Amino acid sequence: MTYKVIGKRVKRVEDPRLLTGGALFVGDVNLPNMLHAAFFRSDYAHAKIKSIDTSLAKEIPGVVGVYTAEDMGEAWEPGPPLVSPPPTLEGVVFNSRRQVPLVKDKVKHAGEIIAVVVAESRYIAEDAVEEIYVDYEPLPAVTDLEKCLEPGHPLVHDDLDSNLAAYLVQNKGDYEAAKKEADLVLKRKFKLDRGAAVAMENRGIVVDWDQKNQHLMIWDTTQSPIPIRNGMAARLGLRTHQVRVVAPFVGGGFGPKIMMFYAEEMVLPWLTMKLNRPVKWIEDRKENFYATTQEREQVQEVEMALSKEGRILGIKQKIIHDTGAFDPYGLTTPLNTQSHSMGGYDVQNYNSELFVVFTNKIIVTPVRGAGRPQGIYVVERMLDIASKELKLDPRDVRRLNFIPKDAFPYNHEIIDQAFVELVLDSGNYLPAYEKALEKIEYDKFVQEEQPRLRAEGKYVGIGVVPFIETTGVGPYEGARVAVEPSGKISAATGVGTQGQSHMTSFAQIIAEELGVEVEDVSLVSGDTAEIHWGTGTFASRGAVVAGNAVLAAASDVRKKVLKLASKILETPEDELELEGGLVRVADIPEKSISLGELAVLANPFRGAVEPGTEPGLESTKYFGPAYGATAFGVHGMILEVDPETMMIKIHKYIAVEDCGTMLNPLVVEGQIHGGVSMGIGNAYYEKLHYDENAQLLNASLADYLIPTSAEMPHIEVYHENTPAPNNKLGTKGVGEAGAIPVPAAFAQALENALPDFNLEITETPLSPNRLYELLYKSEE
Amino acid sequence: MKPAPFKYYAPQSVPEVLDLLNEYGYDAKVLAGGQSLVPMMNFRLVQPAVIVDINKIPELSYIEPHDKGVRLGAMVRHSQAEKDPLIKEHAPLIHETMPQIATVQIRNRGTIGGSLAHADSSAELVVVTTALDAKFKIQNQKGERLVPAAEFFVGLLTTSMESEDLLVEVQIPPMPAHSGWSLKEVARRPHDFALMGVAVILTLNKKDRCTEARMVYLSAGDGPISAPEAAKLLIGNEITPELITAAAEKAAADEIDPGSDIHATAEFRRHLANVLTRRALEEALQRAKGGN
Repeated sequence: MTYKVIGKRVKRVEDPRLLTGGALFVGDVNLPNMLHAAFFRSDYAHAKIKSIDTSLAKEIPGVVGVYTAEDMGEAWEPGPPLVSPPPTLEGVVFNSRRQVPLVKDKVKHAGEIIAVVVAESRYIAEDAVEEIYVDYEPLPAVTDLEKCLEPGHPLVHDDLDSNLAAYLVQNKGDYEAAKKEADLVLKRKFKLDRGAAVAMENRGIVVDWDQKNQHLMIWDTTQSPIPIRNGMAARLGLRTHQVRVVAPFVGGGFGPKIMMFYAEEMVLPWLTMKLNRPVKWIEDRKENFYATTQEREQVQEVEMALSKEGRILGIKQKIIHDTGAFDPYGLTTPLNTQSHSMGGYDVQNYNSELFVVFTNKIIVTPVRGAGRPQGIYVVERMLDIASKELKLDPRDVRRLNFIPKDAFPYNHEIIDQAFVELVLDSGNYLPAYEKALEKIEYDKFVQEEQPRLRAEGKYVGIGVVPFIETTGVGPYEGARVAVEPSGKISAATGVGTQGQSHMTSFAQIIAEELGVEVEDVSLVSGDTAEIHWGTGTFASRGAVVAGNAVLAAASDVRKKVLKLASKILETPEDELELEGGLVRVADIPEKSISLGELAVLANPFRGAVEPGTEPGLESTKYFGPAYGATAFGVHGMILEVDPETMMIKIHKYIAVEDCGTMLNPLVVEGQIHGGVSMGIGNAYYEKLHYDENAQLLNASLADYLIPTSAEMPHIEVYHENTPAPNNKLGTKGVGEAGAIPVPAAFAQALENALPDFNLEITETPLSPNRLYELLYKSEE
Repeated sequence: MKPAPFKYYAPQSVPEVLDLLNEYGYDAKVLAGGQSLVPMMNFRLVQPAVIVDINKIPELSYIEPHDKGVRLGAMVRHSQAEKDPLIKEHAPLIHETMPQIATVQIRNRGTIGGSLAHADSSAELVVVTTALDAKFKIQNQKGERLVPAAEFFVGLLTTSMESEDLLVEVQIPPMPAHSGWSLKEVARRPHDFALMGVAVILTLNKKDRCTEARMVYLSAGDGPISAPEAAKLLIGNEITPELITAAAEKAAADEIDPGSDIHATAEFRRHLANVLTRRALEEALQRAKGGN
């Protein structure tokens, strides 16, 4: 299908506002009579609360109130379970334990909230927090994934027998039988550590209860405004029309902002209704490290059986996944790990045992990549190690194992985050892989560049890693599209926007359908007053699920436009075309009517509307896929390492992506750039350091190292297009793709750079200090 | 992340500052560039009762020739020093150090005097001024005194200044003839606090024998850490690769006392000190011989 607007490199229409300070963020919301909240958070990760003394805090001038769990009375209840375990899996153990608004008796992670101060300014509120005194009985903390299930280990949740949050086994084929046929059986243990999402904008919420109107207004940095509205109404005993949630411009989501309800989201609405005044809380960076969800920590034992030609005969895996102190987000993340542990390879035998454990660390929910990087990491590392053992070219091993083009749709048979068997809808992996090798000039590098630089004393290496990304899962999203009497288009969708360019790429879909300029489309995302149904922005699904809903609504409006225009222009519909904001007769362009005039005629002020028709040129439509659209990509890097200082520099970075139809290549490339930055962080810079007391030791951007623009390589992005067969646009998601393969590519490149050191990397991130230990110290 | 309440003064002259420091003593904190103080206040790690903001005092921002070297007013911003031709000519080690400090944004705001008075043992200027044997002019209501670097930095985030003292000037002596210098450091990201770093100054006589050697380390102890024993291995000798190796090993193993933290163990820091000392001595030697 050839498009006029879809797929074009249209500059983002939201940027002028964003770049000139003209966009509304939650922090910009300031209301008359507004109060400010600050939270007293536990210093301990695991402790009983013996007493709380708020008396001095209450005496500070300007303090309106100081509240603890006791004060909430019946309004105190834990957050809702967001995602239950998949009902389709048999024998699943799942212990649901959810976060609370204010801690009653026992603290389960450092940063949990014990009291809230409400004051006339944030300064006063923070002064008062310093005057709250809590008497704790510290308890031994649960931190070690491998030891925490041992009998007698301290318990995060005293009402459970162990720290097991969930257990399940997924099986495909017969691994043990396959193993018997194998020429090589490899077994390795992997450690994957925790990182933070570090959105530029922290979380924030402003709430305003209008008593006379019996209406609650909420501005929230959520990725999920409609579920927040629904859940909030249910918690507060209100009808949904009494609650409006606006997620205005949000400075980055990356997953943690889909979590609900955070303790602060449970406390603030209660406060505004109690005090009958607006209340504001903006998370500071330190709070963000202690209170906003994190991800990635797993220990895995992986066994891979291969033939001597390098064919994967089977994979066996044991995953211990840390969910932190609570598990509100169910099994989404570790299910993604399982569904990506076979990568884009044809693996017939797979057995994966999953233990999800509670620890006294910050809650784990998906962070961009969401379990997928861990799966891709282990399968790619195992293939690299197998290639060395079998003395095969790692490229040939991958070529041999890719799912062939004619095998799609390909059933991986693993229940994934969508609660259905993962069916890879489409793909054409080998050409994309070959393109990546060509673009990074793999042969030239290993044959010419590397030997030349090695002779100069430089240690350079290359890593090229393919990956899949499941995207675009259900349940559904909706969109409303309407032609205004001005001829301009207004549109709305329920997915919040945190930088994904929805205002542009969705406008391109509408512009394509209705023959208007992109600038003539005004799209609202993230306001529950504009659309009633929806779920949110997550799982790389905006372009697929909301995008196709936008297309459906715009197509329906187009039908209405044509029907009405046909009548007025006295021309059959198939002889009309939409162009430049007009409907015109294709053969007689001067015979036309504007969309605006049609909109006025479709909503007559007097007279009768024809029975069975609706007023206006407007439509609301929904899209829900049976299963997702799986994207594919290959990333390659060339890096240089100084084996004396352990400093690393990435000299070249290329990405080949296949996300099917692109709505806007600029946006796709931006997503890749951002994702790669997070991936480089996960590979080399970013690690949350918890000590044995589950204390976070680096809760600031001075000590939690994110790559800045100065550390980022130039990234070349190349495109392949295998359209998704199950949605009209043919799109696949790309929001998380960039982050997924980087640690695996980094490890491959680093090993390739240091052939003399017998280096085998089975952990991520890999700090310089850790690299030093691997290179110069014999393992314990 | 808001600071605790404090009183704020913005005096217009040095005597006014000295009056305030005399009045409030240890309750007062001088605000220069604020690149360390303000974050610490926002984290409530420090809660000074009184802030004396010296940004309104224009006369502390000079860079002038002084005794064949240069002198810098305490309020000179890092970026000002970075671009200054006098410093480039007379204090090449300072000139080379400036871009390695933090980020452009921090250098635009942070001051030379503020960094030195803060005395962070991972700060480049602290080790470089120690290696250069800089002098610090300190004033209080009673008068002024000149303190050499070795006596200025006395411990972890501590100088020999008293609560009523204000650092007003740093004097950088000229680089001796036939000298070479180098600053080498390793940081996770270029703008981070360095895991390890060393400033080296080597002076040779006409027969290329070493007459003076200074090695001063950052992130290697409670303050700038010198390595006099390693220097002794070099002084009086023609510097060979073997001597460089020996000196680097000596300093790294015996003379520095780095700690462990989440970014690097003491052992890794000693390893880096060894590597960086060798590289710095090689570069300094080449320069002393007239390489560049």
